[in-house]
Amino acid sequence: MTLFYALIALGSLALIFGLILGFAAVRFRVESNPIVDQIDTILPQTQCGQCGYPGCRPYAEAIANGDEINKCPPGGEATVKKLADLMGVEAKPLAGGEQAEPIKTVAYIREDECIGCTKCIQACPVDAIVGATRQMHTVLIDECTGCDLCVEPCPVDCIDMLPVKETKQTWKWQLNAIPVTQVD
Amino acid sequence: MEKLIDQIKQGKVWPFPGGIHPPGQKQQSTTQAIARLPLPDKLVVSLKQHIGANGKLIVEKGQQVLKGQALTKPSGNWSVPVHAPTSGLISDICPMPSAHPSALPELSVIIEPDGEDNWCELNPVTDAKALSHDELVDVIHQSGIAGMGGAGFPTYVKADTRKAIEFLIVNAVECEPYITADDMLMREHADGIVAGIELMQQLLSPQLTIIGIEDNKPDAIAAMKQAAQHNDSIIVQTVPTIYPSGGEKQLIKLLTGKEVPSGSIPADIGMLVQNVGTLFAVNQAVYEGKPLIERVVTVTGNTIHKQGNVWALLGTEIKHLLDCQGFSPAPQQRVVMGGPMMGFTLPTVRIGVVKTTNCILAPDHQELAEPGDEKACIRCSACADACPASLLPQQLQWFAKSKEYDKLNEHNLFDCIECGACAYVCPSEIPLVQYYRVAKAEIKEQQAEQIKAERAKERFEARKERLEREQEERQNRHKRKPAAKSDDEKQKVADALARVKAKSDDTDSKSAVAAAIARAKAKKQGAELEPDNSEVAKERAARKEQARKYKEQKALEQGEESVDKDDKKSAVAAAIARAKAKKAAQATESQAEAEEAAPVDDKKAAVAAAIARAKAKKAAQAAESQTVAEADSAPVDDKKAAVAAAIARAKAKKAAQAAENQTEAKEDSAPVDDKKAAVAAAIARAKAKKAAQAAENQTEAEEDSAPVDDKKAAVAAAIARAKAKKAAQAAENQTEAEEDSAPVDDKKAAVAAAIARAKAKKAAKEQAQSDESSEQLDDSSDTDDSKPQVDEPESSEDKKKAAVARAIARAKAKKLQQEGNDKS
Amino acid sequence: MKLTMASSPHNHSHKSLSRLMMTVIAACIPGLIAQVFFFGSAVLIQLVLALITVSACEAAVLQLRKRKVWPTLSDGSAWLTGVLLALSIPPLAPWWIIVIGCMFAIVIVKQLYGGLGFNLFNPAMAAYVLLLVSFPVQMTSWLPVSDLLASPISFSQQLSVIFNGFTSAGFSVDQLRVAIDGTTMATPLDTVKTDVAHHLTVAESMSKPLFNGWFGLGWGWVNLGFLVGGLYLLKANIINWHIPVSFLASLAVCSGIGYIAAPGTEPGVVFHLFSGATMLGAFFIATDPVSASTTNRGRLIYGALIGLLVYLIRTFGGYPDAVAFSVLLLNMAVPLIDYYTKPRTYGHGVK
Repeated sequence: MTLFYALIALGSLALIFGLILGFAAVRFRVESNPIVDQIDTILPQTQCGQCGYPGCRPYAEAIANGDEINKCPPGGEATVKKLADLMGVEAKPLAGGEQAEPIKTVAYIREDECIGCTKCIQACPVDAIVGATRQMHTVLIDECTGCDLCVEPCPVDCIDMLPVKETKQTWKWQLNAIPVTQVD
Repeated sequence: MEKLIDQIKQGKVWPFPGGIHPPGQKQQSTTQAIARLPLPDKLVVSLKQHIGANGKLIVEKGQQVLKGQALTKPSGNWSVPVHAPTSGLISDICPMPSAHPSALPELSVIIEPDGEDNWCELNPVTDAKALSHDELVDVIHQSGIAGMGGAGFPTYVKADTRKAIEFLIVNAVECEPYITADDMLMREHADGIVAGIELMQQLLSPQLTIIGIEDNKPDAIAAMKQAAQHNDSIIVQTVPTIYPSGGEKQLIKLLTGKEVPSGSIPADIGMLVQNVGTLFAVNQAVYEGKPLIERVVTVTGNTIHKQGNVWALLGTEIKHLLDCQGFSPAPQQRVVMGGPMMGFTLPTVRIGVVKTTNCILAPDHQELAEPGDEKACIRCSACADACPASLLPQQLQWFAKSKEYDKLNEHNLFDCIECGACAYVCPSEIPLVQYYRVAKAEIKEQQAEQIKAERAKERFEARKERLEREQEERQNRHKRKPAAKSDDEKQKVADALARVKAKSDDTDSKSAVAAAIARAKAKKQGAELEPDNSEVAKERAARKEQARKYKEQKALEQGEESVDKDDKKSAVAAAIARAKAKKAAQATESQAEAEEAAPVDDKKAAVAAAIARAKAKKAAQAAESQTVAEADSAPVDDKKAAVAAAIARAKAKKAAQAAENQTEAKEDSAPVDDKKAAVAAAIARAKAKKAAQAAENQTEAEEDSAPVDDKKAAVAAAIARAKAKKAAQAAENQTEAEEDSAPVDDKKAAVAAAIARAKAKKAAKEQAQSDESSEQLDDSSDTDDSKPQVDEPESSEDKKKAAVARAIARAKAKKLQQEGNDKS
Repeated sequence: MKLTMASSPHNHSHKSLSRLMMTVIAACIPGLIAQVFFFGSAVLIQLVLALITVSACEAAVLQLRKRKVWPTLSDGSAWLTGVLLALSIPPLAPWWIIVIGCMFAIVIVKQLYGGLGFNLFNPAMAAYVLLLVSFPVQMTSWLPVSDLLASPISFSQQLSVIFNGFTSAGFSVDQLRVAIDGTTMATPLDTVKTDVAHHLTVAESMSKPLFNGWFGLGWGWVNLGFLVGGLYLLKANIINWHIPVSFLASLAVCSGIGYIAAPGTEPGVVFHLFSGATMLGAFFIATDPVSASTTNRGRLIYGALIGLLVYLIRTFGGYPDAVAFSVLLLNMAVPLIDYYTKPRTYGHGVK
């Protein structure tokens, strides 16, 4: 009989707490982004395909399905670190042994050499190159993600990837890098 | 509100937390009146001396300007003009190191004074009351006035605020040690400043105007009280001397007890702060019509012989200021623009005075010791006690060092005003402010990148959508056409081929072949399908793999030189393939016919051949487009068309030659290994293409010279011809090599070729990056010829032509490289 | 001559780490004098031993960590740790006590956590607690003040006790602790605690020759010495007032309430404030910036909680004194306190 009471007591306790938990789960549910979206926001969105996937979103999906997190050279180590934090795994160096802090570049078309073949326009994943057939093309610097994809298709090799110029706004207080002169 | 005003009128101040008491060091520069300097030899007037956009340049090099003449006119948001500080000649307009901590170059107008100091026509206003609000704002705007306290915020923007202003606060605190520019200005020009204040009152109609002055400036307080006596709405408030009470937000708290909410501006809570220097400039602009062309600068520090204040024309080089006041630099001399707490060191003294330059400090090492080594933080929180914004500097420092930017935001890093009080008191001499600045810059960059990434994503997705839509439309259109069927079939066959290839256990050739086919496919579909990233990615991967394979191959090659059995077999296979290809080519031009005519097992080879043809056609098109481009650029006669025809002919000839090669192997009709055949065909194709290109280049080069009357083009053409010749020679060599290498293991050859191509491209790229002369590795004699081509100005047509020639030359160099590599 | 670039501010208060530490060490002098006066010059021997050990340990670890030895050693933080530990242990404790304590403080508590600034716990107090727990006999063998000693012992005899365990005449520390009246002497805190446990009233206990009516002979003066040093530190702006004031106030309030509630068994406010390590703890130990709270509100909480714990442990715990335990316990709570006492940043929380 004692056993019976104990069972009832424990059972009802379990039931009550179960109900409380269930209620809490419904009532206080935290809406979180699907993991793919979260990964996608971390990725630099250069759409360069260097990870082996056709764009950042597919790579985000691949990571969500268990792919390595260190395949994004444009993101550098910072991105790997963030992904590691998000996915709860160890951060590791970039798969291709690329620089930890990639130098940001933008494409630049040497316009007098451009033959207007539109190949780069077709290659650009973010429509950052404008031009028409047999007309000179140019890069919208602000939209260029520096993905390198336009360099390959150019038949006359007139596209350079130039490092982004430092401005007063982007200057990072490297005082030691400023060339000093004599007092004269 | 009434109560607050009463409290203020009774002299109540509301101390802010923190603050420090660094030694004032002000006496030495207040002993003498503000001096006037002789005209400097040159003035470097930076176009941007304020927060906001540059004005639009309205003068040009070599122009004579008068004193006060505008050099730029406002355009865009928050742009204010700059004016010529004296009359003279504009000797240059070029980027010069700017008065900014980074000293990054800023476009500057360099004026050589003529010594006359002739004013342009001035339009002083006698009765400001008669001016409308907008007119007055416009005078301030056109006079180029920007906040002279340090930040350089355009004054007209503040004066034109639409918000109701309760308190106009005049910042005469000057809390930084050493600086006495405002102090001296108030002593000497209190009336002018009060007149400026009254103009601002007219614009903003505040309930009360409070002039805040630190109690270490009794003379200035007396002068201002005297000057403001007649105006009841102006109060001179004496505040205790504590750094940084001159910070805008701190001063507001100090004088009114209110705090500006984080992320807001003072106007949001009905406050507006103006520096005394700015108000004096407003007075000058309105009542004398003089734009802002000079300001008071304190030149001080123990290495200066005559420490004091001077009227400096904007653009006066710091060197001139130092020289005029006497300067004996110490080793490791620091020259600081601004005060010792927030000023920045200059990397050169050839920087011009700007609207925000209030002090030039050249200290020796006794008065301001060089910073010692950074030691460990002991969390003494002396910094937190000194922080006027109640931040936790030592926490911020930990987070900044470990780059935890979220934590930094959580601890309100962006409320830091970088006053330097924390670093001043730190016993471990940690450069706290420097850490914060770097962290701020990095956070800002990250935010900018995040925004950019989002935009890139949007654009990428929009593009994807568009391409899908277009493809769908195209497919719909094609479905209606019966002809499309064959296209589809063709693709299916190609797909199947690719699949077979992929399946084959011949791992060496697999990737290369697959890639080649994929490329071919993509090219064929180029007109209809978008080249998606996976394609390029695949190619990249393939190339990487090839590079690796090549290494392995090389190692292997050394060992298996004597394997003749394989060679024979492959030679036979290649011959068969050629035969097949030939047969297919002979059959017909239309795909359907080819399919019918060819024996069933030959189908695949036929398809391959068709692909090859398509490619050749494409190449021809490309060549055409090039010629057409040239045709566009030059007024054309029949010659051009003839040339184009010639090219086409040349190509046809080449194709014929290729066909001849193939006939050699015609006789063989044994049952064929399809795989091998396809490989062989692919190689044959690649070679044919190369040859065709070479031929095409040659003809083009010739054609270039034909219509030319210009020397330069001739030179270019000559170079191109020389190249072409070389290329032709190389091509000959190559055909030999080709024949030689024919029996060689085809797989190997294909891989090697691919690698060679990759290598050549890289080499070419490197060359292209260096200048034209170094690009031509082989013919050093050409270098001299090519130079003038770059230097001399050319007409646009010639330019284009030359450009084309250059492009061709580069392509050729690339080719040469390739051949070199092929041979090797 | 070449220009030099530097980051602002270009000015500095000239407060340096080593000066700060040296000032704190200097502020220990009044308390040290009192200790020497009442408990003999053996304190000085312990002090020298401590300084040698901490210097050696710090230098060795820095060498191992490939840091510059002298710049770090000369900041004086290690020496301060040694001084505080030497002042905390019984003067006639054997030499290896202080050596073990200093080694533990420097190597384990300070350097293993990353050196100065990274240690979670106050090194001197962590070492004190280690010693107290591991060597309870040696660590509680305080001599009575020299006036009450049966036979005053000379400096050479003290030296002999520290290094050999016995005086030249063959007396052990325990034998030396026997007072004039033939009873073994304990510290005032210990005495009161034991007596109360033996159902004596505090008044009865305090009538013993160990006390002068208010607090323990000598101990009161030592505490007074540290109070003077602490006030100097406050004046010199080396420490903030928050921690000592809230510590002492909290201890005073608690003991006051206790005294009102149970006058028979509670020794009262003055006794608590001037016994044991109260003043040393309030001004020199709890204020150790590295392991204390860093916000002003946090410091008030931190000090008050230490005061409360000191009272509770002294009254209800097993150990006679409690400063070390309380400080260590609160060290652990510091991150939490700091997190919840962030000051309101300018412009936040206003409309």
